[in-house]
Amino acid sequence: MNQQRIQIVQNILSANDAIADQNRQLLNKAGLFSINLMASPGAGKTSLIEQTVKNLCQDYRILVIDGDIATTFDADRAMAAGATAIQINTGGDCHLDAVMLNKALVQADLNQFDLLIVENVGNLVCPASFALGTFHNVLVASVPEGHDKPHKYPAMYRGVDCVLLNKIDLLPYVEFDVDFFRKGLEALNPNVELLMVSCRSGEGLENWFHWLRKKIGEFRTQNMV
Amino acid sequence: MHELAITQNVLNIVLDHAGKAQATKISKIYLVIGELSSIVDESVQFYWEIIAKDTLAEQAELVFRRISASFECSDCHTVYQLDGNAVYCPACGSSRVKILSGEEFYIEAIDVET
Repeated sequence: MNQQRIQIVQNILSANDAIADQNRQLLNKAGLFSINLMASPGAGKTSLIEQTVKNLCQDYRILVIDGDIATTFDADRAMAAGATAIQINTGGDCHLDAVMLNKALVQADLNQFDLLIVENVGNLVCPASFALGTFHNVLVASVPEGHDKPHKYPAMYRGVDCVLLNKIDLLPYVEFDVDFFRKGLEALNPNVELLMVSCRSGEGLENWFHWLRKKIGEFRTQNMV
Repeated sequence: MHELAITQNVLNIVLDHAGKAQATKISKIYLVIGELSSIVDESVQFYWEIIAKDTLAEQAELVFRRISASFECSDCHTVYQLDGNAVYCPACGSSRVKILSGEEFYIEAIDVET
């Protein structure tokens, strides 16, 4: 019997990353701009999707893929707002992974859409580890969650391209130190875009729509090359 | 709860490498996990005992090398660790900081018998 050490040095989620690359290729080929929308439960992901669909569906054909442990509530809301929606029930899993998204992508005629919003399972821990292959990662934070969240969930706040701080209409009523929140975010993620919004009052949403339009434009330019 | 998915990935990777080396048994698995990767060692160990059963890795010992999250301030160059505090520089308060370590998340090596 021989003892032997085999050097590996391989990312633990390399299999997921490989499928995420396939998803990216599928989406690029279809010319479909995509975002992975993450947040804790109740931060306002679905409300943001409703507002986004209502405001942008004149200009873009929108597909929403909803990840949830159970129910089709979120997909129903996205459809009522005017999007095409596909529900993925994860059956208990706390996050979407690249394989689950792949199964949903092959169900749809991706060429028929301009904007894909993947609504991840509400959770600030697990979704951060699993790349999906979308063009951008977006996080919805909300005022009632508290200003310490970037400090407490560094992996999530580090891995996103845009953070929306939702429910800013509640700022006068709760203790929320915007500077403490912003400094935590900047330390982890210096190039991130921070947008202050309220899905309820509509305040600040124009900046979000502008960000999306700009990014869709950049994607189309890149994709044509 | 994502530790189950993580553990399955670890098993797939080590079985693949052990198979290529024509190993008869995997005795140790060396994992390198940064503090900023949200993984609970005990959970991985718990799932391991269930999913590695009846494989070459059934009796493998999981060896975790934990790397603490370490930051360096770009303004005053203080090097600091999180220690349950805010992520910006504890010395000067700057949020212009670099992450030196803590994001590691890989399998380093395995010990096998051939």
